[in-house]
Amino acid sequence: MQIYVCVKHVPDTAANIKIVGENGFDDAGCKFIANPYDEYAVEQAVQLVEKNGGEVIVVTVGKAAAAATIRAAMAMGAHRGILVTVESQFLDSRTTAQALKAAIEQDGKPDIIFTGKGAVDSEGFQTMYRLAQAMGLPVVNEINRLALGDGKATVGHEIGGGAREVLEVSLPCVLGTTKGLNEPRYPKFPDIMKAKKKEIKTLAIADLGVSVDGARSELVKLEKVPERTGAKMLGGDVRQAVEALVKILKEEEKVI
Amino acid sequence: MATIGILIETEDGIVKDTNFGVLTAARGQGDGTIIALMMDGPADSAKDVLGKYGAHRVVQVSIDGADRGASPDLKARALAAAIEKYSLDALLGLASAQGRDIFARLAAFMDLPLASDCMAVDLAAKTVKKSHFSGKTFATIKMSGSVMLCAMRPNAIDAVEAPADATVETFPASVQDPGLVKVVEVNKEAADKVDLTEAGVIVTGGRPIASADNYNILSECARLLGGTIGASRAAVDAGFAPHAMQVGQTGKTVSPRLYIGCGLSGSVQHFAGMKTSKVIVAINTDKDAPIFEKCDYGIVGDLFEVVPVLTEVLKEKL
Repeated sequence: MQIYVCVKHVPDTAANIKIVGENGFDDAGCKFIANPYDEYAVEQAVQLVEKNGGEVIVVTVGKAAAAATIRAAMAMGAHRGILVTVESQFLDSRTTAQALKAAIEQDGKPDIIFTGKGAVDSEGFQTMYRLAQAMGLPVVNEINRLALGDGKATVGHEIGGGAREVLEVSLPCVLGTTKGLNEPRYPKFPDIMKAKKKEIKTLAIADLGVSVDGARSELVKLEKVPERTGAKMLGGDVRQAVEALVKILKEEEKVI
Repeated sequence: MATIGILIETEDGIVKDTNFGVLTAARGQGDGTIIALMMDGPADSAKDVLGKYGAHRVVQVSIDGADRGASPDLKARALAAAIEKYSLDALLGLASAQGRDIFARLAAFMDLPLASDCMAVDLAAKTVKKSHFSGKTFATIKMSGSVMLCAMRPNAIDAVEAPADATVETFPASVQDPGLVKVVEVNKEAADKVDLTEAGVIVTGGRPIASADNYNILSECARLLGGTIGASRAAVDAGFAPHAMQVGQTGKTVSPRLYIGCGLSGSVQHFAGMKTSKVIVAINTDKDAPIFEKCDYGIVGDLFEVVPVLTEVLKEKL
């Protein structure tokens, strides 16, 4: 099987974000990680290739530093990587999808394209849909079950309130993964060393004929979410504290 | 004057309460016409409640000769047809699990800008405000394109009534299923609870809950408040709760009016999923737990002692 996995290099969710200017942030002073949802995608691809044979190719669109996230996926077992470089900190999902499409089509013929269900930086939840549309492929997002057979994928996902839906798509397809699908492995030291020798093809986005001018959305302003400054502590014995809380929630906050 | 469509979500044929905040958001955009689009659930019975929140027209979107449940792509195409038929300037809806999916399919199909999980929208400026960097920052996103698609975070905007006389009509969409995705089965058996992402009140238990059964202590309290229960990642990973209950990064993003965290430490990853809650209450045995720095009200105490008393007091006072 030829499996492509689209990943994103994102700021660590625990990192402090320092806003620069109106709509930028200090990315040099910030720790980056592989987007957590993408780890389920990489793990699934590696497991399928371990079972069925084939190749796992990791694709990302980002700054040159995003190579680190490709290496992390390689340490989990991916074979090759493609890095499409851009200069900007934020790229809209439409442009990203076009770049991913061009990079994948130039490289080979996918049986499956995996992505994470969304990225924890831009929280856009749409790139996989735009990629699938552009390539004329079926797409299902947020999958936590997958079975393959007869050229088809049967996938399961949640649709709210604990209800579940099972869908069927033909291969090739685009699948967005989430927690519950598998347990992503922790790479061992020899795997990390081996990953350093694997091939990463690097291309500029313009080399793929994709223009960043076709963006449909633009990040114009970033601002810190106001933090709470500390709780009002309710003392006394348990009964007193609880009664004080219920009174506040009812009379002052009016939320119950 | 803008024409704004609202994709209405129903549950067992009843309009979900979370739609009313979306209608309120649409009304805040000047003297536009608000068209409520219903893909399922009867428009006739929804007319009054949608009119109460300012919908001018309620449109039942039907699909000629097709089973609406057959494919999510078919639904997206029917919505696309409705956008063209009514010359909508924007389509708003809920960023629920189903809402996020259909909006993304629609955006890809029509090649339109989409912002998912919006906190606020300004149609005149063509901007939305939404979470970015796991809830640590808000981003203002400017959209270009003929129609703006905005899936709003449930409960982000308080619902305010503004009665209008709504009319009802039917729009039969002539669309074809591309035949790419087939729905095999929908299992609602496990769906006995209020949906976490849309709940108005959430009581969450962390790792100290110690067993799946102990969530019953929280359930009773949540039920009295008309809410539901959640779990931390640590509790899910320990096997005390299913992933469907997880709040925070790798789980769900929620924005209830009241969030009661029991035995939570207050990790950045957890807060990424609930910090836009209106009021956050923490119950923890450790007076130095980081969560007390980031919430509104705190009680130092054991959840096994505090929550049953809370349930008792709520029974008396509500």
